[in-house]
Amino acid sequence: MNLSPAVPTGTTGALGMQRGRRVALMQTLLPAIALVVLLAAVFMRQPRAMSYFGVNLLLNLAIPVMFATLAQMMVLAVSDLDLSIGPFVSLVACIGATLMPTQPVLAVLALAAAVGVYALAGALIQARQLPSIVVTLGLSFVWLGCAVLLLPTPGGTAPEWLQAAMRVKTPLLPLPIWMAVATGIVGHLLITRSAFGTLVRGLGGNPAAIGRAGWNMVRIRAGVYAIAGVFGVCAGLMLVGQSTSADANIASRYTLVAIAAAILGGAEFAGGKVAPVGAVLGALTVTLAASFLTFLNIAPDWQVGMQGLILIAVLGLRAAIDLAGGKR
Amino acid sequence: MLIEVRGAAKAFGAVQALRGVSLQLQRGECVGLVGHNGAGKSTLVNILCGAMAPDSGELRIAGRTGAETEGGSIGAGWTVREARRWGLRCVFQELSLCDNLTLAENMRIAQPQAAEWSWRARAGAQLMASLNTIFPGHGLRVDDVVGELPIGKRQLVEVARAFTPGAQPLELMILDEPTSSLDGQASAQLLAYIRKFVAAGKTCVLITHKLREIFAVTDRLVVMRDGQVVQVSDTSKTDRERLVTAMGQDVEATPRQATTRASGAAKTHGSDARVVEVTATAAGGIAMHAARGEVIGLAGLAGHGQTEMLIALQDAALHGTRRQGAMRVDGGTSFVAGDRQTDGVFALWSIARNMTVGWFAQLRQRGLIDAKQEAAQAQQWRDRLGLVTPDMALPIGSLSGGNQQKVLFARALGSSAPVILMDDPMRGVDVGTKRDVYALIKEEARGGRTFVWYTTEFDELHHCDRVYVFNNGRVVGVLAGDDINEERVVALSFEEATA
Repeated sequence: MNLSPAVPTGTTGALGMQRGRRVALMQTLLPAIALVVLLAAVFMRQPRAMSYFGVNLLLNLAIPVMFATLAQMMVLAVSDLDLSIGPFVSLVACIGATLMPTQPVLAVLALAAAVGVYALAGALIQARQLPSIVVTLGLSFVWLGCAVLLLPTPGGTAPEWLQAAMRVKTPLLPLPIWMAVATGIVGHLLITRSAFGTLVRGLGGNPAAIGRAGWNMVRIRAGVYAIAGVFGVCAGLMLVGQSTSADANIASRYTLVAIAAAILGGAEFAGGKVAPVGAVLGALTVTLAASFLTFLNIAPDWQVGMQGLILIAVLGLRAAIDLAGGKR
Repeated sequence: MLIEVRGAAKAFGAVQALRGVSLQLQRGECVGLVGHNGAGKSTLVNILCGAMAPDSGELRIAGRTGAETEGGSIGAGWTVREARRWGLRCVFQELSLCDNLTLAENMRIAQPQAAEWSWRARAGAQLMASLNTIFPGHGLRVDDVVGELPIGKRQLVEVARAFTPGAQPLELMILDEPTSSLDGQASAQLLAYIRKFVAAGKTCVLITHKLREIFAVTDRLVVMRDGQVVQVSDTSKTDRERLVTAMGQDVEATPRQATTRASGAAKTHGSDARVVEVTATAAGGIAMHAARGEVIGLAGLAGHGQTEMLIALQDAALHGTRRQGAMRVDGGTSFVAGDRQTDGVFALWSIARNMTVGWFAQLRQRGLIDAKQEAAQAQQWRDRLGLVTPDMALPIGSLSGGNQQKVLFARALGSSAPVILMDDPMRGVDVGTKRDVYALIKEEARGGRTFVWYTTEFDELHHCDRVYVFNNGRVVGVLAGDDINEERVVALSFEEATA
């Protein structure tokens, strides 16, 4: 049967496929390499950071960022963009600092309603074929407005149990590391391994194919946004647990940080390509970049710009890998 | 009787795609559905598989009571999902695989009923079993990502996936141009499998432009033309001649209509009159050239480098080519897009503005646009093309697809560019518009313009002076004059693949 093998009619042959695999491997490893390089630089500069407490301090702030990044990644997986995740995390933090300690039932209801609105937005985007950027941009002001109503001035107190949970001394490795492992596994199972995750990525890659196979796309997209909302709730609660009090703008920078972290981790803006483990590593890297600059004694005025430069360098490296792989 | 359509009619805007089509399918037969592009085959298939409801007419399905659709309303809900659950599968011309997923994952998304967890191995095994049965020696693996496979291999996956029953029944298979990107061996394997499939009591509808396949595999032939079924016959009782006549490919029109006049002039001028020149390379294939007043056709299977060639020519005209001397285009070029909605129209602009956007170089006066001249020229083209619109200021979306395409032609032809590049511009255009545009091209060519015309329709190649056939991104052959015919083009398109 193999005497006259079918000649591929496209331009990529077996050789091209092999190179494709190598590029894919490089892309998977890039976020891990970036993180290791940055960690090594921090440890070289400040050897004392290489301890349980040092690492905890360094990466503590990455915990909520990881969840926000997973939320953003869910939305990226269906080729959408979520501009409301930052204000949403802020709102959750405000709920956690105001309603949670005094009226826990009401707080849980409010969080559930917020997730419901997220799901509704997803359904709306699919059903009316709206651009996600417009819908989520509008939604971001809704979240911000609610947060300001709840907490007009910075303040409030996170419930004691939440604060305690974020201070817990985990065995062997500090909490952020365990959290990274857990979120990585959850994300991987959810988006890469499960049938639902496959559908989600399929919807991002070729919506027509999913529609033709007879799936309800409104339900899938609503589900994706609902899951993003749940991750957002996790991010907000952990953030307020760490900071003990909240503010309506506490997480507004998360929107862009989460996009950067997800892209750094190997996600693409279109085409349903996402990498959950990479996204978690990306979140760690982005947070660490900020700490690293502090260790270098760079003035705070320059830090944001420098953070941007680090991001550009890593993303540039990724683009270079793509180019080397002969991708358009 | 397995499925029956009665008097189905469907219109898209002003275009009547189906005018009362009736069709019966029996168990255990393979029916060939033939007709030209735009004859209504795709619309009929879409109605069968639940993606569209007819404006009028009804649909009866074996094992389901009553008419599924009657008078435009979907009665008992014959949706894509329902149709799949009943046992209908389609393989479409455009691939319905997700490029970013692996083979196994693509199998999974086609099976709404499969388990939520631990499906990967099973889905992969099922797909592999189908692949091994239909296309032995395919060389694919379950964890290959579809986007990294060449187009021919993807088509294997698409076909094999459709033929995998999985948890759902499989009664009726509709194959829309399944072999368009398959090589000779895989095509033969698929046709053989269709016969086995039908022998097992299943039903298959085959839509293809390759008449050889139609005669090799079908039991019955249904010929469509202009939204109607014009002939139904047993395959054994008809022949190629009769089929072609029924399809309306009028034999008198087929012989050469090209504009050979200017090419005579080109010969006398030698290579000086050549406005486009592409030298031969190992990667690019044989040399190409075009003289003033010539119409050059780019043929071959869709997606084999024709569009890339047009874009390269445009780049060469704009900023010269990087490789010295490899490609030369004298004067400017103008591009007529085929994929109107993505590459062509500015959806929110008026008809006039959509037309004149290509002419700004001529309309500019001290950095501003001369509004009076713009309106006058737009009006002139409207009359010349016979655009059907009450007002040029209306949005472009108010025009039918054919008229939108006319606007794109006016945009290109109204510019001063001596070379016009056309990227399969007649996709989904009605016959009347085509006739108008063919005449226009002829006229413009006579006036000294050069056309480089990528087309997927064989008929259009007869309007060309010379045809270059593409295969795998290379130019593999050139046909001129009376040598231009379907068989030669097909042979060249498949040459390497079957060798």
